[in-house]
Amino acid sequence: MNRLPRWFVAALAAGPLVALALFYAWPFVTLVTEAVDRRAITDTLGSSRTWGVVWFTLWQAVVSTVVTVAVGLIPAYVVARFDFPGRSALIGLLTATFVLPTVVMGAAFLAMLPDSLDRTVWAVIGAHVAFNLAVVVRIVGTLWEHLPSDMEYAAATLGASRGRTFTQISLPLIRPAVTAAATVVFLFTFTSFGVIRVLGAVGTRTIEVEVWRRATQLGDVGGAAVLAMLQLAVLALVVVVSTVSQRRHSRAIALRPSAPRRRARTVGERRFVVAAAGGAFLVALVPLIALVVRSFSTPSGWSTYAWTHLGRQEVRPGLRVGVDPLDAIQNSLSTAGWATLLAVVFGALASLAITAAQRHGRLLDGGLMLPLGTSAVTIGLGMLITFDAAPVDWRASWWLVPVGHALVAVPFVVRSCVSVLRSVDPAMSDAAATLGAGPVRAWRWTVVPYLWAPLGIGAVLAAAISLGEFGATSFLSRSGGETLPIAIEQLLGRTGSTLQAQGYVLATMLAVVTITLVVVAERFQPSTRSTQAPLP
Amino acid sequence: MSTLDATDIRVTFGDITVLDGLSLSLADGEIVALLGPSGSGKSTLLRVIAGILTPDAGAVHIGGADVTHRPTHQRDVGMVFQDNQLFPHLSTLDNVTFGLKMAGVDRGERGTRGSRWLRRVGLPGFERRRVTELSGGEAKRVALARTLAAEPSVVLLDEPLTGLDRDLHDRLAIELAGVLRDAAVTALLVTHDPDEAAVVADRTVLLADL
Repeated sequence: MNRLPRWFVAALAAGPLVALALFYAWPFVTLVTEAVDRRAITDTLGSSRTWGVVWFTLWQAVVSTVVTVAVGLIPAYVVARFDFPGRSALIGLLTATFVLPTVVMGAAFLAMLPDSLDRTVWAVIGAHVAFNLAVVVRIVGTLWEHLPSDMEYAAATLGASRGRTFTQISLPLIRPAVTAAATVVFLFTFTSFGVIRVLGAVGTRTIEVEVWRRATQLGDVGGAAVLAMLQLAVLALVVVVSTVSQRRHSRAIALRPSAPRRRARTVGERRFVVAAAGGAFLVALVPLIALVVRSFSTPSGWSTYAWTHLGRQEVRPGLRVGVDPLDAIQNSLSTAGWATLLAVVFGALASLAITAAQRHGRLLDGGLMLPLGTSAVTIGLGMLITFDAAPVDWRASWWLVPVGHALVAVPFVVRSCVSVLRSVDPAMSDAAATLGAGPVRAWRWTVVPYLWAPLGIGAVLAAAISLGEFGATSFLSRSGGETLPIAIEQLLGRTGSTLQAQGYVLATMLAVVTITLVVVAERFQPSTRSTQAPLP
Repeated sequence: MSTLDATDIRVTFGDITVLDGLSLSLADGEIVALLGPSGSGKSTLLRVIAGILTPDAGAVHIGGADVTHRPTHQRDVGMVFQDNQLFPHLSTLDNVTFGLKMAGVDRGERGTRGSRWLRRVGLPGFERRRVTELSGGEAKRVALARTLAAEPSVVLLDEPLTGLDRDLHDRLAIELAGVLRDAAVTALLVTHDPDEAAVVADRTVLLADL
């Protein structure tokens, strides 16, 4: 047969497997071992403060999820049913908001809200809602779009008002999508870290923030590990419940390729579309505008000072504090460069191995996705406590942060590549064989050429992820090695209008770069069915 | 006074005029077939009458009342859709009695009336069936029963027998005529099939003549 030799596939898979075992599996096991300690467990679970944190984490996540879903259903409906100018711009804007680094979103809300409201739980929930609106609009909107509008009209001809049509017909039918969206939003808000670090106040700590605080501020690694495991257990439970519920409620609906969207015809409809779409636009846009505005505002009026004097500030003559914004930019760029390189190399090898190994490939595929399901804080904590003793005392190594970022980014590279590689017609390889190419050469000339385009997209996404990564970096970055998100959080946490303005400058830069990268990646996204990648 | 009056209906989509000053009246208890080729605007007219589509000009009167600006659920019209539009998350009985539920009829009464309608369309014992598991002909009968059970003043049928095989189509056309007559409803049937029109309707009108 024309199969690739086993040793060859094994060689492709070896690098990614070793890296996964060393930088994900081992730290994870270390973390579990750390958590399975009677004293740590009784101390942590016996403390009322722990349960205070768990309670806060839970209720803010539930409220954030309920509000996001309730608010998001309106633009989801409008986007699914109506054609209006700016429709795709709205979807794009919401998606752009969703891909923003959490710290930037926190900064944007800090910039927008009056002092009396920022650093409150309401600010946190507001940021969560604006952040996750895209999840509801995209997941629910997509299903809704495929639900025939005639079914809603059929209910109306049977005497159902708009409200009853929604509760009796539409809602039960879009329920799997609503559940899926709610689950995603809950997972994001339950593990919220960056937003809370920027916006939260004393008493508004999620489990994730508490894990970070105990491990890095209080030196209570055991307690941090127990909390990380507790969080993982809750998340696993939520995913199981959600999956079961989605299965139970999924219906065989006669889904159309896509029900035709219509233009609003009556005055009432037009008002509704304008209000819903306009409202969603404002929710996504106003915080971003506030971010830019605050980067130019000083107590004495508008000024470009923070933009032009981005270096470290002297608080008093000769005394400079903490973080240097210019250094942070440099650190972020080099970190993102290395993280992207690592993610691309390991992601490419893994993608080729996954598609070549077929059945066994799924195992590697699943393994590489695991870091996605583990919170970044958990990954950071695991690495922090694993690599702190010889011969693996790597905590001071400059490359540990890029490795952590690459771990989070590899799944995105793999997803981008595997979908394209799987669609390559295997008959081409057979054709090459009939022309005298051995299995490896046939693979080299028929499969590998399709790797480059999706790999490029994966690289862009990896860079965006690395630039915005905050959770793992909070554990791994050393003083002087601060990346942009770390610098933003530190600058915004300080008093002094120039420092704050500098924080907003960095957040604005990070927002622009991230959105640009993701737009570039989306623009070049090939349709997975086409096998028309440029051949060398 | 006729039961249904559509007067000078005009509908445009962008630059395209689909219906241009069209008028149609149905007397009480009359079954009218509206004949025309596909894409000629027959379904558009039904949608205007049902209130799914707002016309650019013209008026719709049902039972003498101007309903042009009344929302669909307050018009007292029933509609059998071309592709049935049964609610996949409800049982067959709950589909048939949906209109009764909206009208506030209590559960016991709904069950009795729903079962009676299922028998009338030849589907006794189908109450608990999932609508997603019905055959094409069964689904069509359920859609008809669902519309008639709500007892609307006017029944609109949008190519209800399209997409069925010839044999089933012919049988159902005869059944449909029988059920509509028994129920003594006022009905407007849209079709492109003159034979179907002749079997079901008291009167056939060509869209082009309106």
